[in-house]
Amino acid sequence: MVALPPCERPRLRCCAASGCRSAGARPLLAALRAAAAAGGTAPDGIAAGDQAADDISAGASAAPEPLEVRSVGCLRLCGEGPLVAWDGPEGTRLFGGLAPAAAAALVDQVRGLASLPLAADPALVSHQLDLEQPFFRLQRPLVLEGCGIVDPERIEAALAHGSYAQLRRVLHELSPEAVREQVRRSGLRGRGGGGYPTGLKWDTVALQPPGRRYVVCNADEGDPGAFMDRSVLEGDPHRLLEGMAIAAYAVGADHGYLYVRAEYPLAIERLRLALQQARQQGLLGPSIAGTAFALELEVRVGAGAYVCGEETALLHSIQGQRGIPRTRPPYPAQAGLWGAPTLINNVETFAAVPVILRQGGDWYAAIGSEGSRGTKVFSLSGAIRHTGLVEVPMGISLRTVVETMGGGDPDGGAVKAVQTGGPSGGCIPADLLDTPVDFESLLSLGSMMGSGGMVVIGQGTAMPEVARHFMAFSVNESCGKCVPCRAGTVQLLALLDRFVEQRATAADLEALEALCAMVKATSLCGLGQAAPNPVLSTLRHFRQEYTAALGPGS
Amino acid sequence: MSVVTLQVDGRDVAVPAGSTLLQAIRAAGLSVPTLCDLEGLEPVGACRLCLVELEGSQRLLPACASEASEGQVIRTDTAQLQGYRRMAVELFFAEGNHVCAFCVANGTCELQDVAVAVGMDHSRFPYQYPQRSVDASHPRFSLDHNRCILCTRCVRVCDQIEGAHVWDVAERGSDCRIVAGLDQPWGEVDACTSCGKCVDVCPTGALFAKEDTTAEKHPHPERAGQLRRAREQRQWIS
Amino acid sequence: MDLMTISATPAQDPAQARPRLRLATVWLAGCSGCHMSFLDLDEFLFELAEAVDIVYSPVASDTKIYPEQVDVCLVEGAVANVDNLELALTLRQRTALVISFGDCAISANVPGLRNLCSAPGRDSARTVLERGYLELADASAQLPFAPGIVPELLPKVLPLHEVIPVDLYLPGCPPSAERIRAAIAPLLVGQRPRMEGASMLRFG
Repeated sequence: MVALPPCERPRLRCCAASGCRSAGARPLLAALRAAAAAGGTAPDGIAAGDQAADDISAGASAAPEPLEVRSVGCLRLCGEGPLVAWDGPEGTRLFGGLAPAAAAALVDQVRGLASLPLAADPALVSHQLDLEQPFFRLQRPLVLEGCGIVDPERIEAALAHGSYAQLRRVLHELSPEAVREQVRRSGLRGRGGGGYPTGLKWDTVALQPPGRRYVVCNADEGDPGAFMDRSVLEGDPHRLLEGMAIAAYAVGADHGYLYVRAEYPLAIERLRLALQQARQQGLLGPSIAGTAFALELEVRVGAGAYVCGEETALLHSIQGQRGIPRTRPPYPAQAGLWGAPTLINNVETFAAVPVILRQGGDWYAAIGSEGSRGTKVFSLSGAIRHTGLVEVPMGISLRTVVETMGGGDPDGGAVKAVQTGGPSGGCIPADLLDTPVDFESLLSLGSMMGSGGMVVIGQGTAMPEVARHFMAFSVNESCGKCVPCRAGTVQLLALLDRFVEQRATAADLEALEALCAMVKATSLCGLGQAAPNPVLSTLRHFRQEYTAALGPGS
Repeated sequence: MSVVTLQVDGRDVAVPAGSTLLQAIRAAGLSVPTLCDLEGLEPVGACRLCLVELEGSQRLLPACASEASEGQVIRTDTAQLQGYRRMAVELFFAEGNHVCAFCVANGTCELQDVAVAVGMDHSRFPYQYPQRSVDASHPRFSLDHNRCILCTRCVRVCDQIEGAHVWDVAERGSDCRIVAGLDQPWGEVDACTSCGKCVDVCPTGALFAKEDTTAEKHPHPERAGQLRRAREQRQWIS
Repeated sequence: MDLMTISATPAQDPAQARPRLRLATVWLAGCSGCHMSFLDLDEFLFELAEAVDIVYSPVASDTKIYPEQVDVCLVEGAVANVDNLELALTLRQRTALVISFGDCAISANVPGLRNLCSAPGRDSARTVLERGYLELADASAQLPFAPGIVPELLPKVLPLHEVIPVDLYLPGCPPSAERIRAAIAPLLVGQRPRMEGASMLRFG
């Protein structure tokens, strides 16, 4: 969470995850640490005027208490990064977009050495962000409860924040069946997009005939505009490892893999560090927490194929084979890695497990809506004022997320549509924004929950162009195994070109719909089956934009 | 031997447990078009021509890669399936460079056959004219990528029957192509035993013997199944 | 389309009921093999001559301008140049039933192979012309340029149905005389042929 209760000893938390890094978090963090170590002296005196500089030297001579500058994970409002939170006796203040040159001024404020009040400090005042705004106030952090608070590179920080407490408790007090009972009761459904009941999947793996089992974390987050899993991996990796270890215990696995896309180098680095630290602490490896339970986890890095997020392709890739899907059944829960029953869950699913065990399945099931329990993390991007990460109870309306929390269109115009579910999902028009965010409601509108990417589309964007964008993505990412996806998406893209370029005919519209139906019905895996969704949903809700693109000849 | 009974297009049929739906369809005296499937090779469910409808299910099932089970009611030839199959065959034609007129396999080509079977008199999808090459580096055989439909029979027969695994698939999507060895010229791949099984099972004119010219290819797709049966039933061991 | 609508005026006497069908054959970008196969109809050509008026054809008529009110037209060849395109558009306007006659009309087939010579920013017409008239020329290399006399190549060779709506497809390279007959004979009695099975549909 971002806002913390008031604390006596002030501290700074600087987001050092990918989003803020790309906005300059690393030099800012270094400058903050330098300023904190120097007792607040601005290294180059840019931040404050002469008078302030005098005050600082006076303060420095008084040898103030060391100021903690903590590197943390995502602080949510990514679009305003780099983000720094200042925790103190008056609670938390949040700053966005600070340059390294402003670090000294902030440290001075924290130490009470600044000559000007915060509200008048020219280096800071325009950078302070309102933590009372709905974007923060309406969040319900469960999966992300440690993200932004703990230092992801220090297991001590995670332990102090409660990580691995549930693993220890489970191993000492609960049977695997009792763990699965809690997960069943929680109503948790897979957060990777499919929404399969997690408890049922765990039972299926656990109840297979005796023998080796594997547990696999799908961290191949690849939807355009989706960065929920990355934030967990970068911000609180130990929570994920704890969830995975609990799952392994519950299904009887002693070996597992975390399959991470290569495009997430920081996540991979932090995950490897976290694994090493957890092994050192006896929380992974043989006889975990002094029990007979053993678990080895390994990171496997993808090679840049979106389709490897499809579970059977992912398994092939882990086995060192070409990442292509195969026909199911058998499902991985029956026959997965090297033929053994394999539990595959997404990052967010595993990361929700510790809180379910801590608070109880019933407690978790009380959050959210019928059929869609608990919270869901969404990444907001596109034509929206507040770009970033939100965790909200399921069942909240799209309008609350997009307009109230996200602040709507940055230019003050009306939102045109919201794209959910990436290239497998669809566009929901503005007049349906009161739809609750849950698995069934989004499906019924021709979109899907997906993994949690929400891309807001402004009035200036033509929907056939949106559809073409996603179709081009599917063309590039098709593995090429089955013909509807390999060749059908290419033909769909060519048809969409004709609509975008306003030279389509009525026959093209007919062909577009027929081919969409064929690709959807006949493709081998979910990627191909869902590839027409961006077209179908925009045809459904914005058909007039397609008919308006028909050339004069039709 | 336990048996499952099911219904295919209104006909009751009993097949040994573990049979595929494709075997059940054929046991019922019916047929569905296939391209990637071949007796003797592990099914991959890639060409999507053998998709069938299962009563009570929204999803279509690849008959080659689905196990028949008790009480299933299968339909193989609905208007919907006919429409999808024809589109699939059109997509095959449009994605490659298939010119039957001068093809080595003209007359014995399975792609030609399925085009007839699905009633394809023309392709509604524009031909893509991809830039593809020919590998004539092998002393006895050639590979014309223009005619390849990526059924992977060659990949599978070489791996599963010959045990050489010379072939595999490289790239992805519409860039996919069959590669020899480590994407080498075929003639330079030491693992190739020149057994010709890949040429035997290739459904089109993509793999062919060098001495064959237009309409002279004599494929032997049945050999994969013969070898597999001989091996499993130890027919040649006294 | 309903072939019965081809008949302009129903006659009274069943024996003489049908007015003579106005048949055309057209040769676009193809090798003329389909027309050769048409001539292989042998004695059926006599029956045909009894039943139809051949109003336009490279093998059976001297008319140079595609006439009005044609009932059936067999179109051989792909659409490769501006003349092909113009004739295709004209015949569509003046013909009740247009048949793509042979693989070139249906898929562009061999003439379409020049489409493989296109590259980004460079259409296949330019590539083949430069190859043929400049790179491989012995002497006096120059690109053909005679507007109104030598038709310009289109950037891409197209099958007929990508240019005009087509009513019937008669595949084959060439379609055999038997297949042509099986397709035409029903038309003479106002029926649509059943284009099914390898004998009627196989390409090549």
